[in-house]
Amino acid sequence: MTQTLTRPATVSPPPPAPPRRKKHRDPSRYFRLHLPLVLYLLFTLIPFYWMLVFAFRPTGETALVPWPITFEHFDTVWNGIGFGLFFQNSLIIGVGTLVVVTVFALMGGYALARFKFRGQRVFLLALLCTQFIPGAMMLIPLFVIFKSAGLLNSLTGLIIADTAFQLPLALILMSGFVRNVPVELEEAAMVDGCSRLRAFFAVTLPQLRPALVAVGSFAFIGAWNNFLFALMFASRQDKFTLPVGLSYALGEFNTDFGALAAGGVVAAVPVVLVFAVVQRFLVQGLSAGAVKG
Amino acid sequence: MRTRTWAPYALIAPTLVLMAVFLVYPIASVGWFSLRQHTVTQPWKNGFIGFENFRRMLFDDPLFWQSLMFSAKWVVVEVGLQLVLGLCLALIVNETFVGRAMARSLVFSPWAVSGVLTTGIWILLYNPSTGIFQQLAQWGIGDPGTSVLGDPATVFPATVVTELWRGVPFFAILLLADLQTIPNDLYEAASVDGAGRWRRFISVTLPHLRDAIVLSTLLRAVWEFNNVDLIYTLTGGGPANQTTTLPLYVARKAVDSHDFGYGSALTMAGFAILLFFSILYLRLSKFGSRA
Repeated sequence: MTQTLTRPATVSPPPPAPPRRKKHRDPSRYFRLHLPLVLYLLFTLIPFYWMLVFAFRPTGETALVPWPITFEHFDTVWNGIGFGLFFQNSLIIGVGTLVVVTVFALMGGYALARFKFRGQRVFLLALLCTQFIPGAMMLIPLFVIFKSAGLLNSLTGLIIADTAFQLPLALILMSGFVRNVPVELEEAAMVDGCSRLRAFFAVTLPQLRPALVAVGSFAFIGAWNNFLFALMFASRQDKFTLPVGLSYALGEFNTDFGALAAGGVVAAVPVVLVFAVVQRFLVQGLSAGAVKG
Repeated sequence: MRTRTWAPYALIAPTLVLMAVFLVYPIASVGWFSLRQHTVTQPWKNGFIGFENFRRMLFDDPLFWQSLMFSAKWVVVEVGLQLVLGLCLALIVNETFVGRAMARSLVFSPWAVSGVLTTGIWILLYNPSTGIFQQLAQWGIGDPGTSVLGDPATVFPATVVTELWRGVPFFAILLLADLQTIPNDLYEAASVDGAGRWRRFISVTLPHLRDAIVLSTLLRAVWEFNNVDLIYTLTGGGPANQTTTLPLYVARKAVDSHDFGYGSALTMAGFAILLFFSILYLRLSKFGSRA
């Protein structure tokens, strides 16, 4: 019976693609669909394009399509201002938070979805309540905690803070995902003599792949983008993250738009790329029922 | 499955510890500070003063009311527009057309961009000397040297548009995910019954989306209420405190004037307001009552 473990039956086949409508020649589609889409694309892309133009255009020029392009601004921010180091810090924090949040959310989400235990409702309520806690307003007590724990100016400290604030929502999402994997599969594996742990790894975990991608990317993007904690708890320049570096670029180099734009490109490229890859999983995963909790 | 009851507790233990240390304890300590006079620069005056901070907040502090009013306006305008545009966008990219996957990736991408980076991008776009309005002026549209962030008349809409750019994709993603769970038979049945496109939207799509809409607007409202990154870096609360939200005011009290006691009272007020309106909203919208 090990076959059922190594190759779990596909329980929820992807819904068939909606049949292509015959109305493709319907002229009203241009007004309902194409025109608003193009307008929205312009709204989305013009700001990005504006940043790219500034980042690659030599100082003093005003061409809307810069040619030849220059990399002088990237040299300024990466080597001169230290964005190379900020990039590294942000990457460590992003990946660290991704790993910790995903593992803890998987554990807690599994507990919520598969067990009935005393205090479950209180726990769920507490998770929801945390969503109302304003991070910005918690800075003072958090600063005191971080100082006494020796976590100021430490990347570990920032990973912990980001994890604490992202975990509750990630856990709620993950419990929805786990609930969506039929428990019967796991029970069948356990009847066949698997331990619960083994059943989980062999049967449930493979089905959770889109969920892991969705929750993990949420965590990475959240940590990569976090500004307030990084600003308050890591004031030494060698611990700066990209958003903090950018905020200084906004203030100090207010006239050097080329450097600001190049710094922006450095900060944007990883998350936008990650996002472009995972957004499909994100939509799939969320529509698998997590939105309804 | 009540076997081995210690297992769930072991599994949620890391979450509980993190929540206790970084969420519950700070809230409790803010609650304690809010009843004290506590100014870092004048420690000899520190001590328990009961509800004096709250009295001062309610009766002697016009900036509290002003920032609260602005926060309310910000949340209502921002969440309302994000919902409407996000729903439209979700409906559009739910249709079948050539290049749909590409279009989705592009229109959703600002969601991944941080508040500070959003500010950076839009400062480049808005700046009076080399921004988009200068470019438009060169083409004969508008006046040269327009500074939308410096002019009290335009700073609010300019800030709203900036946050929309980043916020609409959030709604579009969540609503698109829910749109995809609507069974096609429902639409077909409605079509057979003679329902037009608008009718199908009102009778099939909207009721199905209700819980997703309630949940996403609530999460977003809380988030926009607490949003500091963007406003702080874009306008700094100015000009003349016009765009100061309650969290921004708190941060300024705490960080600039080191008035921890009063800042904590403001925090408790913000927390209480959020909790009150969230419960009210969930009750009114009958969340989760869908059969």
